[in-house]
Amino acid sequence: MDFRHHTLDNGLEIVAEIAPNAYSSAYAFFVRTGARDESDAVSGVSHFLEHMVFKGSDRRSAAEVNRDLDDLSASSNAYTSEEQTVYFATTLPEDQAKIIDLLADMMRPSLRQDDFDTEKKVILEEIAKYDDQPPYGANEKCMAAFFGSHPLGRSVLGTTASVGNLARDQMLAYFQERYSPRNMVLIAAGNVDWDGLLRQADEHCGRWKSFDAPRPLPPALARQAWQVIHKPQATQQYVMQLSAGPAADDDDRYAARLLGTIVGDDTGSRLFWELVDTGLAETAAFGAHEFQKAGIFVTYLACAPEQTAESLARVRGVLADVSASGVTADELLRAQNKICAHLVLQAERPTNRLFAVGNAWIQRRQYKTVREAVDAYRRVTLDDITRVLKTYPLDRPASVAVGPLAELAAP
Amino acid sequence: MSQKTYSHQFPSGLTLVAEEMDWLESAAFALLVPAGCAYEPATRLGLGNLTCEMSQRGAGQRDSRQFLADLENLGAEMSASVSIAHTSFGGSMPAESLPQVLALYGDLIQRPHLPEDQLEDARLSVLQEVRAIEDDLAQKLMLTLRRRHYAEPWGRGPQGTEETLGSLTIGDVRDHWQQRYSPQDAILSVAGKINWPVLLDHVANSFGGWKAGQPARVSETTPPRGYHHETVESNQTHIGVALDAVNYAHPDYFQIRGAVGVLSDGMSSRLFTEVREKRGLVYTVYATCHSLKDRGGILAYAGTTAERAQETLDVLSAEIRRLYAGITDDEINRLKGRIKRALIIQQESSPSRASSIALDWYYLARIRPLAELSQIIDNLSAQSINRYLAANVPREMTVCTVGPEPLVWLPTLPASG
Repeated sequence: MDFRHHTLDNGLEIVAEIAPNAYSSAYAFFVRTGARDESDAVSGVSHFLEHMVFKGSDRRSAAEVNRDLDDLSASSNAYTSEEQTVYFATTLPEDQAKIIDLLADMMRPSLRQDDFDTEKKVILEEIAKYDDQPPYGANEKCMAAFFGSHPLGRSVLGTTASVGNLARDQMLAYFQERYSPRNMVLIAAGNVDWDGLLRQADEHCGRWKSFDAPRPLPPALARQAWQVIHKPQATQQYVMQLSAGPAADDDDRYAARLLGTIVGDDTGSRLFWELVDTGLAETAAFGAHEFQKAGIFVTYLACAPEQTAESLARVRGVLADVSASGVTADELLRAQNKICAHLVLQAERPTNRLFAVGNAWIQRRQYKTVREAVDAYRRVTLDDITRVLKTYPLDRPASVAVGPLAELAAP
Repeated sequence: MSQKTYSHQFPSGLTLVAEEMDWLESAAFALLVPAGCAYEPATRLGLGNLTCEMSQRGAGQRDSRQFLADLENLGAEMSASVSIAHTSFGGSMPAESLPQVLALYGDLIQRPHLPEDQLEDARLSVLQEVRAIEDDLAQKLMLTLRRRHYAEPWGRGPQGTEETLGSLTIGDVRDHWQQRYSPQDAILSVAGKINWPVLLDHVANSFGGWKAGQPARVSETTPPRGYHHETVESNQTHIGVALDAVNYAHPDYFQIRGAVGVLSDGMSSRLFTEVREKRGLVYTVYATCHSLKDRGGILAYAGTTAERAQETLDVLSAEIRRLYAGITDDEINRLKGRIKRALIIQQESSPSRASSIALDWYYLARIRPLAELSQIIDNLSAQSINRYLAANVPREMTVCTVGPEPLVWLPTLPASG
């Protein structure tokens, strides 16, 4: 594995982790923009724009983008989160020049009005779909409850009203504020031709106009909340809880992730033995998630409505117990073995490395080899976990419950 | 693509198939036990799921906590599931952990504790799955579609019902394990960084004493098919369509696979273009080939808000009809490139290869070499696919909807000519 980095004159960074023996290569544009960069008037625009990027440029129609992606890639897609919008494709090394031409062309979309109008219907279907399925928006509602007016409290999808009212010119203005080469990174992983990549990036992206695309990073104040949303047609009850955790640039994130594995992984964790193995819950999970300058611990419970109060009490019990007594050396070692094996297994596929390298770069401008990441997890001690538990108390979360229960007593 | 594959049948009936991928550091396996939900008595639906759940609650010298702790320390990421034909256990791990993980699963298969004092916990656990499906309307629809298209027992889902699960006893679980967890027709597939003679020894040691069960019996009913609607209060209506087609074992499988690829693979496919891109009717639409041992089908899905559901069903079914009128060279050539790229890239994934060679063995009783598969793909043409489509127009479509209102469905032949 060989790490390379270069910055074009207009500020576009190019970052690659090269594995010369890989069968595939994977490429992505990471754009440092997402729900947190929106205002109320354009809520959902980052995600809608992500769809519109597939609708063509001056050089390609929407149908031609789809056809070329199918012609060139084994898989390709995009996603939008609170902090980033990512466009990616996995292909064979010999197609690098063509896929870079295509992905770069997509990054300068035409945003044609008729495409905008049709795609708006697709977005509204996507909102309807998520509104129909577990956890019925509880995740976004809980983020809003926890972060309050902080930008991270914003919805990624937006609402039927905000997307329905969005105009094409508002999207264009947002694009012109956010898709600066200085705010984007071209990431590559696998069997990458680095010299070729620099030439291709310069040819296709070198003339992109550069401008500032600042992102305010205000401190997040954790809020406690208790919301019960009545969804009578649901069968199960879903409860989401958030509390503060280490941020993306905090080295305590390794301890937080290990704590998540010990307490709330989908098998073998404390919540698994307490709630899932016993059949009290369909799912009981706990884990850490990081953003720039903010982090969260997420608890997720899905169970029968009549068991919700008891299950929640048991979740609280598990969290109280670990907060009071920490974890054992045996648990820590097991979690380290589990996470480190996972990192190594994942690394066999360039597509997985693409996201690992891209996320680390866009959040921290930092590159770590798999070995360095493994070492960072191996170095975590019981004291580190105890410090994380002391710094980030778990006993006053923001909670959102959705399901057949009209009422659920706050603890 | 050079490929090193191996197979061996043990006296017990267990077949071991393997593919050596020495450029990887991982190994993966899939163990297919012939204990699918098709073989459950009709009054004991969900027995396979409950037995699978119970089998993971301690085996050999280990209780369930020790069992899971050992897997975690070995870095093994495992899962278990029940399908129509099999109960499957498998996962991936660092290659050096493979012998110990196989030994653990040798215990699980041959020496599970099936502890009576955990039966109620296990029952509650599988009941959670039954309840979860009620909230997953797309999955609920596709289960209903398969049930109505294939009928008993091939259209079953593994979950069972609250009633049948409620009646199951520890005796039922032990009988199911004894009869169905049988090496006869079982397949163990391994892929990744392995050494074949050494692997053969490890498997002989871990599974050598596996005792035969009893042959499975099934009784079939006639599928209801036609149109069926289930009313639920939701934003979206979920639409499913099923047709008969040849299965993976059939010499013509890749003709229909190619046709369905034109219909649904990728963003330039017909369904994505006509249903989503041009009309904005859906976020999700797809069609897929579905194989059972002796029959197969095409299953299609679209999810859309209720007021646009009729138009969506009309466009979806019209596209399926238009498929049988033929495809073009341009369409199939694009797909061929995509499939071949995916085959090459599959060599980066030991779990993908383990799963592929297990299915090869189940359907074909041999491992189909990648070179042969590549040749089959090369030989596909609009002409060969259209010849197949013209000669194999299904007699009917099975249609199911889940949503606020039923739709109008006028059964007509899939081909418009």
